[in-house]
Amino acid sequence: MELDVSILSRLQFAFTVSFHIIFPSITIGLATLIAIWEGLWLKTGNPQYLQLAKFWIKPFAITFGMGVVSGIVLSYEFGTNFSKFSEMAGAVIGPLMAYEVLTAFFLEAGFLGVMLFGWQRVSARMHFFATVTVAVGTWISAFWIIAANSWMQTPQGHQFVDGKFEVVSWMEVIFNPSMPYRFFHMLLAAFITATFVVMATHAWYLRKGQHIDFGRKGLSMTLWIALVLTPLQAWVGDLHGLNVKEHQPVKLAAMEGIWAEKEANVPLLLFALPDMKAEKNHYEVAVPGLASLILTHSWDGELQGLKSVPAADRPNVPMVFFSFRVMVGIGMLMIGVALLGAYLRWRGTLYQSNWFLWPVSFMAPTGIIAVLAGWYVVEIGRQPWIIYGLVRTSEVVSPLPAERVLFSLTLFVLTYSLLFAVYLYFMRKLIKKGPAPVDHLQQQRIGVKASGYALSFTKTLATDAETSNSPATDPKGAN
Amino acid sequence: MELELSVSLFYLLLLGFAILMYVLLDGFDLGMGILYPWFNSDAEHDHLMRSVAHVWDGNETWLVFGGVILFGAFPAAYAAIASTFYLPIVLMLIGLIFRGVAFEYRFKSDTSKKYWNSAFAIGSSLAAFCQGLMLGTLVQGVPTDFIDQSSFSWLSPFSLFCGLAVMAGYALLACCYLVMKSRGELQHKAARYGQRLVLIVMLSMLLVSLWTVWIEPEIRARWFGGWHALWLIPLPLLSVLAARLLFRDLGRVNRSHKAETAVQERHEERPFWLASGLFLLAFVGLLVSVFPYLLPRQLTYLEAAAPDSSLMFMLPGIFIFLPLICAYTLWGYKIFAGKIEDYQEGY
Repeated sequence: MELDVSILSRLQFAFTVSFHIIFPSITIGLATLIAIWEGLWLKTGNPQYLQLAKFWIKPFAITFGMGVVSGIVLSYEFGTNFSKFSEMAGAVIGPLMAYEVLTAFFLEAGFLGVMLFGWQRVSARMHFFATVTVAVGTWISAFWIIAANSWMQTPQGHQFVDGKFEVVSWMEVIFNPSMPYRFFHMLLAAFITATFVVMATHAWYLRKGQHIDFGRKGLSMTLWIALVLTPLQAWVGDLHGLNVKEHQPVKLAAMEGIWAEKEANVPLLLFALPDMKAEKNHYEVAVPGLASLILTHSWDGELQGLKSVPAADRPNVPMVFFSFRVMVGIGMLMIGVALLGAYLRWRGTLYQSNWFLWPVSFMAPTGIIAVLAGWYVVEIGRQPWIIYGLVRTSEVVSPLPAERVLFSLTLFVLTYSLLFAVYLYFMRKLIKKGPAPVDHLQQQRIGVKASGYALSFTKTLATDAETSNSPATDPKGAN
Repeated sequence: MELELSVSLFYLLLLGFAILMYVLLDGFDLGMGILYPWFNSDAEHDHLMRSVAHVWDGNETWLVFGGVILFGAFPAAYAAIASTFYLPIVLMLIGLIFRGVAFEYRFKSDTSKKYWNSAFAIGSSLAAFCQGLMLGTLVQGVPTDFIDQSSFSWLSPFSLFCGLAVMAGYALLACCYLVMKSRGELQHKAARYGQRLVLIVMLSMLLVSLWTVWIEPEIRARWFGGWHALWLIPLPLLSVLAARLLFRDLGRVNRSHKAETAVQERHEERPFWLASGLFLLAFVGLLVSVFPYLLPRQLTYLEAAAPDSSLMFMLPGIFIFLPLICAYTLWGYKIFAGKIEDYQEGY
């Protein structure tokens, strides 16, 4: 079989970017949660909040590390595998990414050191500031990368000069039609992803009868958060869908499995097998008129279908169709869990309901699966275009020998599979180990464990060394 | 035209600054991995890792910054360089991945510690070697038919040698950093290795300089044509001076750990700055050789520059955020100033 460099490069990019998005999806939300807990600890002095922050900072650290290393790959992959795209659209995408690095990456990295290792080097307030800065950095990063990606979905504010894109208005490029919806949709998705990772872990502790107080506090907080965020996400998602209908009608047709050039009274397909050759669906299970109602707000509203464009301009319909259903299905499940949790709380039986805690403890990966499925809808749905309606993906691949891309793809698959197994192993290990006891953490404010202790220790060390000029005493007893 | 010229030149200088910052900062932290096999005990390895654990992430961000400045300001060069150096870049990234995650996993591991030790050492060395390889190829120039990107132009005796030379340079930076951040037997060891590395690095620099002047007539003309040599002579002279001072400083630290020698005036921080100076001088020398090319003899920075709308858009961001970045990065280093203590600190 002839190897196709275009397919291989796209597979490699899809694989590496899918692997990467897992980690920021968790860290954006987790950084925010840790900042909230640390803030509550400072405000109330309740050591339970410190316990939550101190426990979750460890999974946060390994997740962040995975995100950093897999992210560096992406910043070079545009050039290595899509050199013509880089040359063509570099003047638009490059500066947006430069702003991401300037305003977010450095900020995160600069304060992460203090957040992770600075507990005894700075005051408690300064540490809180560092944590908040890291969290805000993750949001800013999401803003720029979503802006760049949204421009590729709904491009505007540019002109095409000598085969290259030039920007006419940066405001139009950044705040392109899909950007606000996609930014809030992704940010909420990340918050929800982290919320369910935390919720599942705490439900697991309760089910096992370990760290009861800790388990309750975390479960309670995350269920409240989920109760607010999951319905909100459904609403934002709906707005986003309307935006797709307006700006990327073919993608919407693939999401809903609509074939006819124009269709009124469109049913909502719960299940179907879209067939790209026959240009129709098999085994439809449908709710009549509902898709029209959701998307046009009238039962007999008209929607554009896939046949309105030539077959060569359509994305892979089954992949978009099923990814969309996976995402929406998980979203509905999450709303259900949040509502059921609220009901059980009202009944006063939340922490005893093992039948509820048991399935919830397995929901840790659901957010990640939904995020991946959502991104597949977005990215596969944009195909065959890399810049929607303007440039085809197949035209901008680097002219590399296919064997070389096959080699690197194999290398990435092996490396990432290994690392993912290692990541899960260490996450499991950290969770099994559980949180540090509260009375141990109480010492956080006194003696050698207090904030700022190590800094003052080093300072006295320096003055001691100046006066006595003797080798410093070994501080091993400090812990 | 005048304006355009100066803005692209500004970006070329900015790119140079990003690369230099990356080489200095990630240099000492990759160097830690290169030195790793020469330290044996768990305690020593702990110390090496702990001395950079809080900064490696920030240091690597300069690599991303360099990449996106190239992407945003010189898209044509980013496209050409990245796809030409496909394999070295991929291997460098894989190396960076393994050594990066080793920081997190090593401290949390019990039975798998030895694997994370190798991941850190091999990953760091591989990344450094690939960077040197690419540097060497850039200096040497990529053949004119580089459109055929299947060529292995980056695989030459010269570029392989540059790979090793960069590894030695990073290891030297790491030694100087260790002299600053440690005490006792570890500092002694670092100073001893550092002295040897000064000699190796100087010899490599000499060899690379002679080699480039010999194989590249254009570079020869740049250095020796007309009165050029007179203006450029401070570069090699200052390098030799810095190396001489560095060797002496490290020697004093080294001797101070032998009980019988009288204590002389010791500089524990100066070696790092001298080594950085050495890198700066070498970098200026490199710029002299390749200016105005981004991809030598192929693509100048003017040809590769993005349209004005893009260059101007990034300027406010750079002028506002770059000073801030430098300020809080410095603050981060100050927070962790002083010797690394061998007790568990942090999260």
